Amino acid sequence: MTTTIIKTTTRILAPLILVFGAYIILHGHLTPGGGFQGGAVFASGLALLIVACEDRVVKRRFEKVPLSPLESIGALGFLGMALLGLMGYTFFKNVIANSGFIFGGRTPIGINPGFLNTGGTLAYMNIFVGMKVLAGLTSIVLIFFLLLGGKKDEW
Amino acid sequence: MRRALGLFAFLGFTLFLLGAVMSLRPFGEPIHAEMDHYFISHAQAEASANNVVTSVVFDYRGFDTLGEATVLFTAVAGVLMALRRKEVKG
Repeated sequence: MTTTIIKTTTRILAPLILVFGAYIILHGHLTPGGGFQGGAVFASGLALLIVACEDRVVKRRFEKVPLSPLESIGALGFLGMALLGLMGYTFFKNVIANSGFIFGGRTPIGINPGFLNTGGTLAYMNIFVGMKVLAGLTSIVLIFFLLLGGKKDEW
Repeated sequence: MRRALGLFAFLGFTLFLLGAVMSLRPFGEPIHAEMDHYFISHAQAEASANNVVTSVVFDYRGFDTLGEATVLFTAVAGVLMALRRKEVKG
């Protein structure tokens, strides 16, 4: 399944798809989309990188990528962000909003173009959930590719 | 006998679904709209986000998202556990 056409198209498209996924994750509290959707877009870009290459290239490329730690960090970070609300408030309380921390800028009320430095814990949760979704989907595609595809002549 | 029973069930279910579609409310006019209006007018002040959907998903109904993330985690763990071989590092 790896022809020159597919490889060239992937070389052009994959960076755009990855940047678009990162944009959706980072702007989850301002524009349509969020952690789940952005993570799925990012994982589809990585899936394109997986299926467009040979078996050994994929193995060498994804050998050093810590997919399982990313998944665990995403889950635990999401839970930790929720637990931050227990500092005097309730579970899932948005404690970082309007506090001056990173992503804790003042949110203007009313119609506004949206500022990246707002959102509080929502932005962090978007990042963690996006990390988790992209790691999970990519590891599923990777293990399907390495186990079930591309090795038919060896079996 | 079985064919007649199947035809009867098919027709009955079709008529039921058609009746349900006929009695749908028009798009954009739910029966209870108080929560929607509350979310739209208070999301910026309470959840500090312009995107009302994100504020509902991650703030007002965070528990739902937590369960969703757990479902995804379990699905990935199950797939990797079922398909993992010794020589492949997922």
